[in-house]
Amino acid sequence: MLDFFVRPFIDDQQLRLAFIASVLVAITCAVAGTFVVLRGLAFIGDALSHGVLPGIATAMLLSISPIVGAAVGAAVIMGGVGLVSRRYKVSADTAIGLMFVAMLSLGVIITSRSTNLEEDLDHILFGDSLAVHSTDLVWQIIALLLVCLIGFIARRPFLMMSVDDGLAQTSGFSVSLFHNLLLAMIGLTVISSFQTVGTLLVMGMLVAPAASAVMFARRISSMMLIASLIGIVASYLGLLISHHFNFAASATIVLITVLIFAICAVRFDLMKRRNLKIDELPHQHEHNHAH
Amino acid sequence: MPTKTVLAENVSIGFGRHTVVAEIDFSTDSGALVVLIGTNGSGKSTLLKTLAGMIKPLSGNALVLGAKPGTRVKNVGYLPQHPVSSHTLPLCVRDVVRMGRFADLGLFNRETTKDRELVEIALEKTGAAEFANKPLRDLSSGQQQRAHLAQVLTRQAEVLLLDEPTAGLDINGRKLVADLIASERARGVTVVMATHELQDAENADTVMLLAQRVVSIGAPEVALRDEFLRECFGFTQPH
Repeated sequence: MLDFFVRPFIDDQQLRLAFIASVLVAITCAVAGTFVVLRGLAFIGDALSHGVLPGIATAMLLSISPIVGAAVGAAVIMGGVGLVSRRYKVSADTAIGLMFVAMLSLGVIITSRSTNLEEDLDHILFGDSLAVHSTDLVWQIIALLLVCLIGFIARRPFLMMSVDDGLAQTSGFSVSLFHNLLLAMIGLTVISSFQTVGTLLVMGMLVAPAASAVMFARRISSMMLIASLIGIVASYLGLLISHHFNFAASATIVLITVLIFAICAVRFDLMKRRNLKIDELPHQHEHNHAH
Repeated sequence: MPTKTVLAENVSIGFGRHTVVAEIDFSTDSGALVVLIGTNGSGKSTLLKTLAGMIKPLSGNALVLGAKPGTRVKNVGYLPQHPVSSHTLPLCVRDVVRMGRFADLGLFNRETTKDRELVEIALEKTGAAEFANKPLRDLSSGQQQRAHLAQVLTRQAEVLLLDEPTAGLDINGRKLVADLIASERARGVTVVMATHELQDAENADTVMLLAQRVVSIGAPEVALRDEFLRECFGFTQPH
């Protein structure tokens, strides 16, 4: 039993490293994902996660850090969405859709120009947690600290914007400033996570644990905590399964987060039905007396 | 002469190049109640958003507590028509009400005992104390509205801008809102309120009838004359 569940992490140093990286990704995504879910920013998060592709590909072609390329790609996406929606009066989701396909297409075109990059495309899109280096962990820890710092400093405007933008604005907080700060936080999360779970799968880590947590949490801090725990459990199970059955590690982790969401949704439904029945009990009692 | 709490001089309101209501002129003193009445799209909410500083006036001079709208955020409370409060928001009512203190607290100040007391007082006043620990998303629209009202009250504002505060409330809820407004006015708070309901204007100092223009303005018995009501709604009140 112990051999199956624990031994691989003791014996295999790379698996241990992958687990630490995945835990860091899980916590970073839980903090940013909480506000993504509450503010309904999954689409812009998706666009950011895909839009960094041309930046990463260009950086790799120029032999500079892919993290720098991803940061430039994220900045172009955020700036482009803001510009298109403001100047051309199209809705934000249309602007996001346009920038998303433009950047993704550009990324594929750049990678198709180089056979080396084509081989790396899988790695960029789907990640490879088993190829994480210890130097990547340093960057991930810095990103986690930055995301937590932004989340802590801006917790009040972020919270109010989850209720109503007007509430934040009439409380003296600039909605555009804090909305952009939130986007920067999501961008930072995507950039720090893509090497572990890939640009396509990072959305799963951003959305699924937070969406599961929102069903049971009563406070934002508890939502972040539950989402982190779900991400950590999924990381452990995903790596364990991929180790024993030779599955793609990152995809397995992300699929487990979605399975946990499905389990939480069923549990939430059952809880709601039970609560409804409890609520109906006194009424039935009164009804019986009336007769 | 004391400064007018709300002052509008030849103010035009709207979005971009679209004027919703032009040439609005009115002013209020401390403790006054101004009721804005009109159909949907008449400009009530746009005027309140302009006074709250969410929309810039297209022209004219608008002042709230002697400053440009949106400047004195700590002293002005705004209740939106339908706070978004998504179905997913996991916060309990008490935490939603606590947000009313955020304008004073800013980004970094810590919540004090006084802040917590103000939250509890507002919860009691609005009758939201009984469901203070329940998640907002599990409540009826009337209960949610009480929570949002409590949030506005915790601001301890000098001017309250209320967009349909009685929406979704039953008779008891409506009476509660009327009592709350009366008690706020008694401590010198100016209330500007938008509503569809003519009876909400009973205790107003000033009523403004809107229909994408100012149809009438003045004391209730003047502003709600039959000819103005017919012009605004197409019918009159039963006598």
